[in-house]
Amino acid sequence: MTITTPLDVERIKRDFAILSRDLDGKRLVFLDSAASSQKPESVLAAMDDMYRRHYANVHRGVYRIAEEATAAFEGARAKVARFVGAKSSAEIVFVRNATEAINLVAYSWARANLHAGDAIVLTHMEHHANVVPWQMLAAERDIEIRWIPLTPDYMLDLTKLDETLEGARLLSVSAMSNVLGTINPVRQMVDAAHAHDALALIDACQFVPHVRTDVTEWDADFVAFSAHKMCGPSGIGALWARRELLEAMPPFLGGGEMIRDVRLDGFTTNDVPWKFEAGTPPIVDAVGFGAAVDYLQCLGMDAVRDHEMRLTRYALDALTESFPDTLRIYGPRDVSVRGGAVSFLFDGIHAHDISQVLDEHGVCVRAGHHCAKPLMRQLGVPATSRASFYVYNDEADVDALVAALAMAEQFFAH
Amino acid sequence: MAGLEDLYREIILDHYRSPRNRGELPTPPAHKTEGFNPLCGDEVVVYLDVDPATDTVRDIKIAGQGCSISQASTSMMSGAVKGKTVDEARRLIRAFKALMSIHESKLEGEGDGADLAADLEGVRLGDLEALQGVVKFPVRIKCATLAWNTLQQGLDEIAE
Repeated sequence: MTITTPLDVERIKRDFAILSRDLDGKRLVFLDSAASSQKPESVLAAMDDMYRRHYANVHRGVYRIAEEATAAFEGARAKVARFVGAKSSAEIVFVRNATEAINLVAYSWARANLHAGDAIVLTHMEHHANVVPWQMLAAERDIEIRWIPLTPDYMLDLTKLDETLEGARLLSVSAMSNVLGTINPVRQMVDAAHAHDALALIDACQFVPHVRTDVTEWDADFVAFSAHKMCGPSGIGALWARRELLEAMPPFLGGGEMIRDVRLDGFTTNDVPWKFEAGTPPIVDAVGFGAAVDYLQCLGMDAVRDHEMRLTRYALDALTESFPDTLRIYGPRDVSVRGGAVSFLFDGIHAHDISQVLDEHGVCVRAGHHCAKPLMRQLGVPATSRASFYVYNDEADVDALVAALAMAEQFFAH
Repeated sequence: MAGLEDLYREIILDHYRSPRNRGELPTPPAHKTEGFNPLCGDEVVVYLDVDPATDTVRDIKIAGQGCSISQASTSMMSGAVKGKTVDEARRLIRAFKALMSIHESKLEGEGDGADLAADLEGVRLGDLEALQGVVKFPVRIKCATLAWNTLQQGLDEIAE
């Protein structure tokens, strides 16, 4: 049995310097962590220390600080691997972000294995990062893309899952929607894909920062996520993949680091994961990524999830009670099947205008299509506002959102 | 700091709530052009009926959806160019963009204050000047210029 210590949000807020910024007398209320999270002092300090004391290129020099840099860089990879339940550090490829991770799979695995007439299965709730790389491939190779639709309560409609997977080579699906908050039944979908001899790629960019993740338990083939949404720096993310897949895949980018030998007539590739890491990697960002994982582990991912479920419940109730007739929420109501990204629209007020008025009150929310235009079309809306929560948000932040929304509604009503 | 009143002038909200010239025109003879703002998903559709004999915008209708700034700007644009010659409409486009994008053109080295003054000279912007406050909210400039870029594209397509 595990005992979960509830998050001490007041203390956590003090770890994030930006949250004490004063915006013309107003407190910064940051509700856009689904786009990118803020960074705690420990991450900033780890990166600062790396630059000030241990910086050198990795896997190259034999001198002491080069050894230190390599140890820190590879240590970060091991932390990330453990954080998502990987069997080995070799299964973690550092990339720029989840988008690049998906593109790596599309360029390396898919272009080596998929041919005209093959099919890929996606869903209507995917981020453009998990749509466009496949559309590019489909156009190049005459590959069919099939879509899993939504139910009226914003879940995936899996009633025809088996039919859709028939003859497909890949299922690529988000673990948690960045618009609706919906958490998808990953294990069930992976099993279905495997039953049809298809591989499964999980876009876990929204999931890993918020819910304990175990890629082995998922039994997935590829998992993509970004550091910047989980308290780490921007510019680094990870592709987890089963080792034998990585070993069989052709390299993606060519250059230094990814080779074992280069001759005038060709090259041989390095071992995994370095085979996929051409050029000098984002060394300090990797160290920041490791520090972010340390920070989240220190809080405890079960405590993080409990906190976000409670706060999301509070927000859904507050929004519904405060604006019963004018506000519509796009996403499941049951917090056990959703994360803390809450999309909504006011009758007759565009999301962009709402966001502008909220900004006047120091409240940061996202307005727009959230890089999910196919989903927006399915919902029949041009844009939504989205408030999203993380470890440093509390009820007072939700109250500030509701108060600012009331003022926005009043502003546009007169 | 610029206040919300600078952005959301009453006349803008009025055009947003009651957009002018909303609807469609049969194509042909009218020409249909769609404009998108990829940032926020705003959409503007402009139906232009240009009389080739007089080179005049005989009729204009607008459709689409978006925020108050983009929709008000579209509504105002439709009123401003209806009945004008194509040349006059193009001058209005230049004048409106000058009003919106002083900083942009300076950055790109395309023009300076003199060009701006030349673009604005002799053009009566009228209600459109209410949109000047948008300049203080750089993110929203694209919302205001969407309709005008779409109009320009439409006029270019007709000329081809």
